[in-house]
Amino acid sequence: MDTKTLKKYFNEMYADNGAVREIYERYGRWLKDLPDGTLERRNAEAELLFRRLGITFAVYGEAGEAERLIPFDIVPRIFGASEWQRLELGLKQRVRALNAFLHDIYHDQEIIKAGIISAHQVLNNAQYRPEMKGVDLPNQVYAHIAGIDLVRISENDFYVLEDNLRTPSGVSYMLENRKTMMRLFPELFVKHAIEPVEHYPQMLLNTLREAAPPNVAYPVIVVMTPGSYNSAYFEHAYLASQMGVELVEGQDLFVNQQKVYMHTTEGPQQVHVIYRRVDDDFIDPRVFRPDSTLGVPGLMDAYCSGNVALANGVGTGVADDKSTYLFVPEMIRFYLGEAPILSNVPTWRLSEPEDLSYVLAHLPELVIKEVQGSGGYGMLVGPTSSKAEIEAYRLRILAEPAKFIAQPTLALSSCPTLVESGVAPRHVDLRPFVLSGKDVRIVPGGLTRVALTEGSLVVNSSQGGGTKDTWVLED
Amino acid sequence: MLSRTAENLFWMARHIERAENTARVLDVAHRTSLLPLDIEGTQAYLWYAPLNITGCADSYEVKYGLAKAETVSHYMALDPDNPTSIYSCLKLARENARTVRGAITSEMWEVINDTWLELNRLPKQMDYENFRDFFDWVKNRSHLFRGVTLGTITKDIGLSFIKLGTFLERADNTARILDVKYHILLPSLNHVGGAADYYQWGSLLKSVSAFEAYQKTYRDVISPQRVSELLIFRDDMPRSLHACMDEVEDALMAINGLSGKEARRLVGEQHAALHFGLTQDAFSEGLHEFLTAFLKNTALLSREIREAYLSRQDTTLNRQLTI
Repeated sequence: MDTKTLKKYFNEMYADNGAVREIYERYGRWLKDLPDGTLERRNAEAELLFRRLGITFAVYGEAGEAERLIPFDIVPRIFGASEWQRLELGLKQRVRALNAFLHDIYHDQEIIKAGIISAHQVLNNAQYRPEMKGVDLPNQVYAHIAGIDLVRISENDFYVLEDNLRTPSGVSYMLENRKTMMRLFPELFVKHAIEPVEHYPQMLLNTLREAAPPNVAYPVIVVMTPGSYNSAYFEHAYLASQMGVELVEGQDLFVNQQKVYMHTTEGPQQVHVIYRRVDDDFIDPRVFRPDSTLGVPGLMDAYCSGNVALANGVGTGVADDKSTYLFVPEMIRFYLGEAPILSNVPTWRLSEPEDLSYVLAHLPELVIKEVQGSGGYGMLVGPTSSKAEIEAYRLRILAEPAKFIAQPTLALSSCPTLVESGVAPRHVDLRPFVLSGKDVRIVPGGLTRVALTEGSLVVNSSQGGGTKDTWVLED
Repeated sequence: MLSRTAENLFWMARHIERAENTARVLDVAHRTSLLPLDIEGTQAYLWYAPLNITGCADSYEVKYGLAKAETVSHYMALDPDNPTSIYSCLKLARENARTVRGAITSEMWEVINDTWLELNRLPKQMDYENFRDFFDWVKNRSHLFRGVTLGTITKDIGLSFIKLGTFLERADNTARILDVKYHILLPSLNHVGGAADYYQWGSLLKSVSAFEAYQKTYRDVISPQRVSELLIFRDDMPRSLHACMDEVEDALMAINGLSGKEARRLVGEQHAALHFGLTQDAFSEGLHEFLTAFLKNTALLSREIREAYLSRQDTTLNRQLTI
C-alpha cells in the first residue's frame, strides 16, 4: 500500500497509525479471516450477475459496444449512525433551502431584493426559465429528487461538491449494489445491522403522489425516458417497474385541452404526474428546442395550467449551476435562518477579475470546471494534467472566463477497493438522494462512487469510475 | 397498457417464435439432406425450401447465388445482415424486451438476455456439423422462454399481446412450411405409403414436433391428406393452424376496450373456417390456394391488430377521446 497516499488522504477504513477504525472493525476482522482468493471469486460472480441482469449504461461518444457495465466494487463503504445523522440533517437542510430559493426566484425574488444574489446572476442564467414565473407548484417543491454530491476530507469534514437538481441518476445502482452484496455476502449482513435502502422506490412513489395536482384522488404516475438509447435507460425502466408505473417516451403522450394523456391499448388515459428524465430543453418543442423529438408538444401549457406535475419541476437548473452553488450557504441562512450544516468547497468565480488572476497564476494546483458542465466532462484537474493540457485550458478560460469556476484540488477520502493488485485505497465520493414532497426524506446511504485508477480523483462513471455499496450502520 | 409496450411485447414474442421456427425449418433441411433423394432435383432444390419458407430467397441469391447447405445454414442462422436470421431475431427480441423491461418479469428478461449473451459467445462462423446442436439450443431457449413466461407473468393484457405475437407467427410459419414442402413433395404423391413418403413427410412432421402425434392419432402410413388435416384442422396439435387461431382468438377476446372490432371479426371468421372446414374441401380447392388464402388473411389480421392496439396515431385516439 502506498503510505504517502495513506498519510495525505483520509482513509475511510484505516486510521493514520494503520489501525482499523471502529466502524470498520467487524468488517476488517471478517476480511482478515477470509481465505485467499475469495474476494476475487465473488467479484467474478458479481460481474456475471450484473451482466446477466443487464445492469448497463451507455457512454456518450464511445464507439463499439453500446452497453457497458459500470464497475462494481465489492468492498463496502461504511458510515456510523452518528456520522450519518449529521449528514442527513445537513442534506435535508440544504435541499429545503434550494427549493425555497427556486420558489422565490420564480415568484417575489426576495433574495435578489435583499441583495444576497444579483439579479444578473439569476435572471441572465441560461437555466432560468421565465415561463415558470408565477407558476405555483404543489408544496412549493421544484426539485423533488435531488442528488447531492459529497466528499470527505477528514474525520469530520464533508464538503458538498455539487447539487444535482435536474435529472440526477445513479439511484438504481445504489439499489442493485445492495442486492448484489446481500447475495454475495449474506454472512456480512448477519454480522452487521445495516440500515435498509430497498424502500427507496416506495418512498419515491409517495413523493410523486404528493406532487400531484391537488383534487386528484388517484393520480396516474409515469416515468418519462428519452428512450432505450439513453445512458441511464436501465435506471428509468428499473424505477418504473419497481414503482409499478408505466415507462413512457414522449411519443406515448399527447396533450389535449391542456391535459396530458398516454396512448394505451384501451384508448387515451390521463396522466397526472410525470417523473421525467428528459432535460428541460427537450420536453416541449413548442416552448423549448423546436427540433426535440423526445418531448410532448403542449406539455408546458398543461404543466403551467396545473393539470400535470413534472418531477423535477422546470427551471431547477438555475439552482444547481456551479456559479449559483456559491450562494447556497447564504440561501440556508436567508430562507431557514439556520447555520449551514454542510460546507461548500471554497470556490473561485472566474467572472471576478481578482479570482481570475489568482486562478490563472495557480492553474497546476486547482480543479477548473465549466459552470454548465456535468458528468466530469470538460474539466481540468491541474495536478494530474500535463503542461500542454494546462496551457490549452488557459486559452479556453481567457476566451470566456465567466464560463468557469475553480476549486482547490480536494484530498478526497479513500476507501479500500478490490483492484488487480489486491485491496488498495481508491478515492471515493458519495451521492445521497434526497426526496421532497410534503416532507423531505432520504434513505440512509447513497451511491458511493470510486475512482478505480490509482491516484485519480475523478469518480464519474463516464470517466471510468466504479460504484460501491454504502452502508449506514444502526446504533 | 401503453400501446408502445403492447407493441414491444408483441414483437418480442414474435421474434422468439420466429427464431425457433427458423431453427426448426433448418433442422429439417439438415435431416433431409442426409436422406437419399428420391425426388427430382439437386441439393440446391432442397436448400431453397428453407429460404422460401422464411421469405429470404432473393436476398440470399444476391449475396451467395446458388443455395448450398453451408451458406444457407449460415445465412439463416447467424448472418447479422439477414434481418430474418436467427441471430437478428434474437437480437430484436432482446431489444424489444429491453425496452419493456418493466412489463416483463425479471426471469423473462434474464432468459432473453442470457440467450443473447450466449449467442454472442458462439463463433461467428460455425462448422456445418455443429449446426444441429445450435438448432437444438435455439429451440430449447425458446421453450425455456415460453415456460418462464407462463410460469412468472401476470395473466393480464400483456400476456395477451405476447400470445398474439407468438401464435400469429407460428400459424404463419406452419402454413408456409406446409405450402413449400407440399410443392417439393408433390412428385411422391404417386406412391403414397412408400419409404420415401415416410421419410419426407416424416421430416416435415418432425419439423413441427408432430411426428409422434401423427403416429398416435392415425396409427397408419403417412399420407399428405392426413398430414394436412393434422397441421391445419386439428385443434389438439399445438402447432396446427386451428390451434394457433384458437389462441389468437382467446388473446383478442381478453383485451378490453372499444378498439379492435374488425380484428375480432376477422379472427372469428378465420377460426370458424378452420373449425368447420374439411380436409377434402381444402384439397379439392387446392392446398396451395387454401394456404395462400390463409396467409393473406393472417396478414390482414396482423394489420388490424397493429392499427387497433399498437399504432400511436394521434388522429384515431383523439377521435376516441371526443366520443
